Amino acid sequence: MRIVFEKRKTLSRKAIFLVPLASFFISLILTAILLAIFKANPFVTFIAMFKGAFGSWPNFTETLVKATPLMLTGLGVLVAFRLKFWNIGAEGQLTLGGIAASWVVLFWTPFLPPWMVLPLAILVGMLAGAFWAGIPALLKVRLKVDEVLTTLMLNYVAILFAEHLYYGPWRDPKGFGFPGTPQFPDFTWLPRIAGRAHLGLIFALVLALVLWFVLNRTRWGFELQVIGNNPGAAQTQGIHIAKNIMTALLLAGALAGLAGVCEVTGISRRLQQGLSIGYGYTAIIVAWLAQLNPIATIIVALLIAALLVGGDQVQMMMGLPASMGLVLQGMLLFPMLAGSLFTEYRLRIIKTKLRDAQSG
Amino acid sequence: MIISICQPYALCAWPFANFCFRRETKKVTTPILDMKGITKRFPNVVANENVDVELYPGEVLALLGENGAGKSTLMNVLAGMYRADAGEIFIRGKRVEIDSPRDAMRLGIGMIHQNFMLVDTMTVAENIILGLPDLPFVPNMVDVNGRIRQLSERYNLQVDPDSRIWQLSVGEQQRVEILKLIYRGAEILILDEPTAVLTPQEAKELNGILQQMTREGKSAIFITHKMEEVIAFSDWVRVLNKGRLVTVKQTNRTNPQELARLMVGRDVLFRLEKKDHDLGDVALELTDVSANNDKGLPALQGISFRIHSGEILGVAGVAGNGQKQLVEILTGLRNVSGGKIRIFNEDKTNKSPLEIINSGVSHIPADRIARGVAGDMSVANNLAMKCYRKPPLVRKGFLHPARILDLARRMIDLFSIDTPTPQTHAKFLSGGNIQKTILAREIDACRGLLIAAYPARGLDVGATEFVRKQMIAQSEAGTAILLVSEDLEELVGVADNIAVLFEGKVMGILPSNKADTEKLGMMMAGVKLEETTA
Ligand SMILES: Nc1ncnc2c1ncn2[C@@H]1O[C@H](COP(=O)(O)OP(=O)(O)OP(=O)(O)O)[C@@H](O)[C@H]1O
Ligand SMILES: [Mg+2]
Repeated sequence: MRIVFEKRKTLSRKAIFLVPLASFFISLILTAILLAIFKANPFVTFIAMFKGAFGSWPNFTETLVKATPLMLTGLGVLVAFRLKFWNIGAEGQLTLGGIAASWVVLFWTPFLPPWMVLPLAILVGMLAGAFWAGIPALLKVRLKVDEVLTTLMLNYVAILFAEHLYYGPWRDPKGFGFPGTPQFPDFTWLPRIAGRAHLGLIFALVLALVLWFVLNRTRWGFELQVIGNNPGAAQTQGIHIAKNIMTALLLAGALAGLAGVCEVTGISRRLQQGLSIGYGYTAIIVAWLAQLNPIATIIVALLIAALLVGGDQVQMMMGLPASMGLVLQGMLLFPMLAGSLFTEYRLRIIKTKLRDAQSG
Repeated sequence: MIISICQPYALCAWPFANFCFRRETKKVTTPILDMKGITKRFPNVVANENVDVELYPGEVLALLGENGAGKSTLMNVLAGMYRADAGEIFIRGKRVEIDSPRDAMRLGIGMIHQNFMLVDTMTVAENIILGLPDLPFVPNMVDVNGRIRQLSERYNLQVDPDSRIWQLSVGEQQRVEILKLIYRGAEILILDEPTAVLTPQEAKELNGILQQMTREGKSAIFITHKMEEVIAFSDWVRVLNKGRLVTVKQTNRTNPQELARLMVGRDVLFRLEKKDHDLGDVALELTDVSANNDKGLPALQGISFRIHSGEILGVAGVAGNGQKQLVEILTGLRNVSGGKIRIFNEDKTNKSPLEIINSGVSHIPADRIARGVAGDMSVANNLAMKCYRKPPLVRKGFLHPARILDLARRMIDLFSIDTPTPQTHAKFLSGGNIQKTILAREIDACRGLLIAAYPARGLDVGATEFVRKQMIAQSEAGTAILLVSEDLEELVGVADNIAVLFEGKVMGILPSNKADTEKLGMMMAGVKLEETTA
């Protein structure tokens, strides 16, 4: 018997649904083995995880809290990935969006009517995210600089800059040395809708619908499709590739920037350590698992958020080692990612019996 | 005026004249290849249905059929790219399962695909040994090169093992593909439209190679749409129609007309009627244009000509004499280094592709995969790729999917594009149908000037006839057409005037009714028009 791994020659509709499902079960089995090694009952753990994420209204709103930035950054990553522009800088774009919003709130408030501060913070935050994504886009279209490197490096720049601010010049003098800015005035807080879940969730849902429409039903979306699919054909048809990469990335950055704005004005209400817990990176997984579809991104973001929340809960409730939550999340994600390969590839098992005939 | 090309075989068979001898089929009892009842289905399509193929050592089989008839699919099944849904394959009388190209290679089956599969940046020798199953960790390149030289001498396949693929012409790349197969000990060679991209001279060389191989007992199957090649190359012909095998004929018992009829189901006239019509104003004017190639060397030098509305100017020449660069500067894909281009009396020198498209220019690119289609988009969207900017397909930036679908249905119908649905991704179409998709889009959207590079490449006889008629009809309706082609028959039949390119210069422009192959041949070899008449 021999097993071969081959690219699917035709698109399989069944595979698109079955593969994620199958990989989810494999994830469960692998995780169960790991849990058994740590002498935790897998079933109890899974149920606890599920309950942790969805079991009660407060828990569910917590899941929504985590899902919101994943949705927004996921949408941003998706726009760039559609163009085969490998933007792994959502983390930095989110951070810069948070910084910019904080700047508006902390320093412009005295000069503005109160109702104007939040909208302006949102606007400036999105512009900052766009700017941060625009740099690698410009470098790519002008100088052909590889975007993977630039977007990644800019993440560190943004994160360290934020640290510099809340440890240094922006630190709350009354904060007992806690790394963070003073709390924002309450009229600048992003309204909450349930528990800690805030208006950002509504933004994400609406933007996903809008984005789906833009990508599938507008001239611009059409051009993005052609560029992502075959730049040579796009160029031949007079589609301006550089201009489209720029606009798409400005949009991608603005979406990630909005995620940052929502985090600082809706959750922490100050710029502080832990603005992002790697949302920008997880967003890549979200966009990929959603196969770059905006609507699917919403659903996947929700599931991954459930995994994050449920994992944290389990670790606390079951008394597992502190890093176990992360390990669980990784174990669950890994097969799902590997599985996404199988929508494009398949394994084929070849019986040996027939082979004998030809080896003679 | 009626230009008749009734004698295309007299005209076109000249490169093969030396090879038009027929060998008697040898009496060997077991066929080297026997495919029985092969069936292959794709979603919504039966590409092959119960097809049989039989091939004896030393034989060449020609596989014929309309675009989408299932020729490439059948050969891909044999080469291990696809797996048949039903049917059996016997090699030298033994039943085999071919699950991968590697299996096929082990059984002595090698295929050259419609699009070459070489690694551009690697050398010839590296490409040849790439993917060999028993390759040592550090291959002995001296041995490899020696063996390659030996083989290339034996089959008269001249290539330098140390040159890199991107430096080679298409014809040379094909030699590398053939060498690769021979090096691996292929006994059955499959060539999918090998001559579509070759010059007549290169096609003739290919035939010589095939003859040498069959003399040694190797066999070959080749797919082509050129009837004269079927006659010149093959011993047997099998004709597919809509996935079914409809005819098996011994080549020397048939003729091109009959084969065409068997394929298309009607007589193909091979003749084009052109009405006399008045020419309009100058549509395209080049004044002393020069341009460089990718390596920065001059590719075009001092090109000047004009095309009037309603006129078809053919561009003849051996591949690589500046045709590619000429098409690119006219469509905004390459800048000129000197001179002026005027389109409809406006300066379009070094303008962007969009500006040129907006002035009414359509472009049928030479490389349909790299420039022509977006494979992962639907056929409908590919057909809309030129008009999506303007109403009725778009309104205030919003697409109108229903109208795109209408447009697609109309074009699929008009150009008989063989696709399961308008939503099917373009990459799932057969080679010829991808070409038809591009033709439909560009010809339909054309508003005055059509730049067509090898428009009939990969089309079956029926579709070729249709496209040529379309171009003539367009010109009668006032479109100016620049037609780049290697097919002299096509140029003489379709174009009003023919310009010959040689080493980036125009050797002369002559009316096509005064053009004969001899004169064109001399000009293509670098003789100026004045000198030929002298
Ligand atoms: N991977 C695929 N998925 C779905 N359909 C396919 C696929 N490959 C081929 N087909 C369909 O199978 C049919 C036969 O295609 P094939 O490429 O074998 O035609 P062909 O005879 O080689 O045509 P051509 O002369 O145009 O190259 C076509 O209808 C095509 O759309
Ligand atoms: Mg084919």
